[in-house]
Amino acid sequence: MSSRDEILSMIRENRPAFSPLPEIPVFIHEKPLAEWFTETLTGIGGKVVHLKDTGEVETRIQQQHGGVINTTDLSAAAKYRHATAQELEAVDTVIVPGIIAVAENAAVWVNEKDMINRLLPFICRQLIIIVQLTDLVPDMHSAYKKIRIDEAGFGVFIAGPSKTADIEQSLVIGAHGPLAMEVWFVGE
Amino acid sequence: MSTLPVSHSKAAEAFLADKPYVSWHDETLWFVRSKRDKAARSVPEWETLRELASAVKAHTLSRLDEYLVQFESNAKKNGIHVHWANDAAEHNSIITEILRSHNVQKVVKSKSMLTEECGLNPYLAERGISVIDTDLGEYIVQLRNEHPSHIVLPAIHLKKEAVSDTFHEHLHTEKNNNDPVYLTRSARTVLRNHFITADAAITGVNFAVAETGGFVICTNEGNADMGAHASKLHIACMGFEKIIPRAEDLGIFLRLLARSATGQPVTTYSSHFHRPAPGQELHLVLVNNGRARQLGRPEFRNSLKCIRCAACFNTCPVYRRSGGHSYHNAVAGPIGAILAPNLDMKNNADLPFASTLCGSCTNVCPVKINIHEQLWSWRQVLMKEGYGGKAKEAAMKTMAAVLSKPGLFVRTANTARKLMRAVPWLFNNKLNPWYRQREMPSAPAQSFKTWYKKNRNEQQG
Ligand code: SF4
Repeated sequence: MSSRDEILSMIRENRPAFSPLPEIPVFIHEKPLAEWFTETLTGIGGKVVHLKDTGEVETRIQQQHGGVINTTDLSAAAKYRHATAQELEAVDTVIVPGIIAVAENAAVWVNEKDMINRLLPFICRQLIIIVQLTDLVPDMHSAYKKIRIDEAGFGVFIAGPSKTADIEQSLVIGAHGPLAMEVWFVGE
Repeated sequence: MSTLPVSHSKAAEAFLADKPYVSWHDETLWFVRSKRDKAARSVPEWETLRELASAVKAHTLSRLDEYLVQFESNAKKNGIHVHWANDAAEHNSIITEILRSHNVQKVVKSKSMLTEECGLNPYLAERGISVIDTDLGEYIVQLRNEHPSHIVLPAIHLKKEAVSDTFHEHLHTEKNNNDPVYLTRSARTVLRNHFITADAAITGVNFAVAETGGFVICTNEGNADMGAHASKLHIACMGFEKIIPRAEDLGIFLRLLARSATGQPVTTYSSHFHRPAPGQELHLVLVNNGRARQLGRPEFRNSLKCIRCAACFNTCPVYRRSGGHSYHNAVAGPIGAILAPNLDMKNNADLPFASTLCGSCTNVCPVKINIHEQLWSWRQVLMKEGYGGKAKEAAMKTMAAVLSKPGLFVRTANTARKLMRAVPWLFNNKLNPWYRQREMPSAPAQSFKTWYKKNRNEQQG
């Protein structure tokens, strides 16, 4: 018998009596979402910027220093689709669009289609995610209702810059991923 | 852990010898526990989430074979190569085969307690494949030729001076520069180079979703993503109990995991893998290694609900004052003491006795595992099987030593006192040696310390 069949038959033999799968209720939150998100992201080392419209976004993108890869401009960013880690290692800033932002934990959902290359949001020194203010939801349950996790081959919730506290529990912002992270909300 | 384990009590005695160090360890972990409390209190529906998490896991265990088959079929449709390993040896040989067929020389690995459980690193090293652990804590212990002492904070047993010395020796950092930022940045530079030159990445898995055939990895450092996305080959390894039915179940677990582990609202990255990147190969190894056996033990099967948050470690007065290495098992702490006897009853018979049964672990567990009751049940099983005697005696001695020192135990003792009033039999019983050592008085309504504080305040007020 293959290991697969052996494992499955052991499980079948040993599994407990049926126990029902619960429904997940809707939780009601009173906090205003934008303030809640900002408080959370600031608390974990990130920064929130509010921009009125795409014009303001454009201006702000122009102000970024160093090597910038902006995947909201698909035609310009397409050339990085197959770039390797060696080629991308020196990039300073990556700008990607986010699909949903979650107030309770400041996580933003980004999927592969929008990041062009899976490495980009991780290998840069600074990450900027642009989200429509209308795509802000209170909690993870509402976020999972709005996304399809297998829509692209890869998707990720990102909350703040990379960090570690592995040395004596001292928080250090900037571990292997970005050293800084901003969320730009667009809209009023 | 190839050599015969030193018993928990012997190892704990050695740990306890350095008193300031023990207090530091105790307080550091208590600090993490306090952060968890704060995070839990900030979520009004916390208890509902724990109920839901426990119920989703109970349901999954009751239909585990069906969910695994569903997961396998969906994962294959996604282009993931799925492998099944019955034990540690098979897990290691499957991985070696995959690596060899790609001529891999160097692998970057992100945190996976499963590969630790299976002894993958030494196995690959013996076969000429070098493995770099990339989680900072794991990297530190790897350089020192040690094992992780904690499943979330692998180097929690080390002071920064020790880390500085290790980095000075291996990475040539400045001697005596103990600044955590400096040390972290130095490791970042070295590990970046490994990420971009490695031939393959091995990662663990936090959750695998049956209905979509994908899996989720949670990290703060971004090491799993750096490794997985930079390599042409990604192998993910998981114990089969990591499976959950629906994508929406992730909402429950991700809300609980990081808050329980470190008090963060969520880990920096919750990465959802469903299909390999263009030009990449993605493998997933589903591992049994005794889990199906544990599923068949009614009193212990709930241990398979564990999401490895380590909240039970941080709150445990024995763990905090004896250190992770004293558990001589890949997973230490209260949950490790339940998992280990299933892997090797004889060599791990001492672990279920390394507990006061105070119940603090059960109170914090996000999936509501009845940890202290299972420890108690293991004692009965081990006594019956004839493995308990020596273990019990040794544990009795250690417990007295671990807990007689004044320290943060007193905070947990408050919980114990409440519990004693509720279930006195749990304490006044021969299977709880720590309490047997002295006749237990009936629980006072308030401890002397509480009484003293109150009275002093009243006097002052
Ligand atoms: S037993 Fe519960 S508290 Fe302990 S690591 Fe597992 S999930 Fe966390």
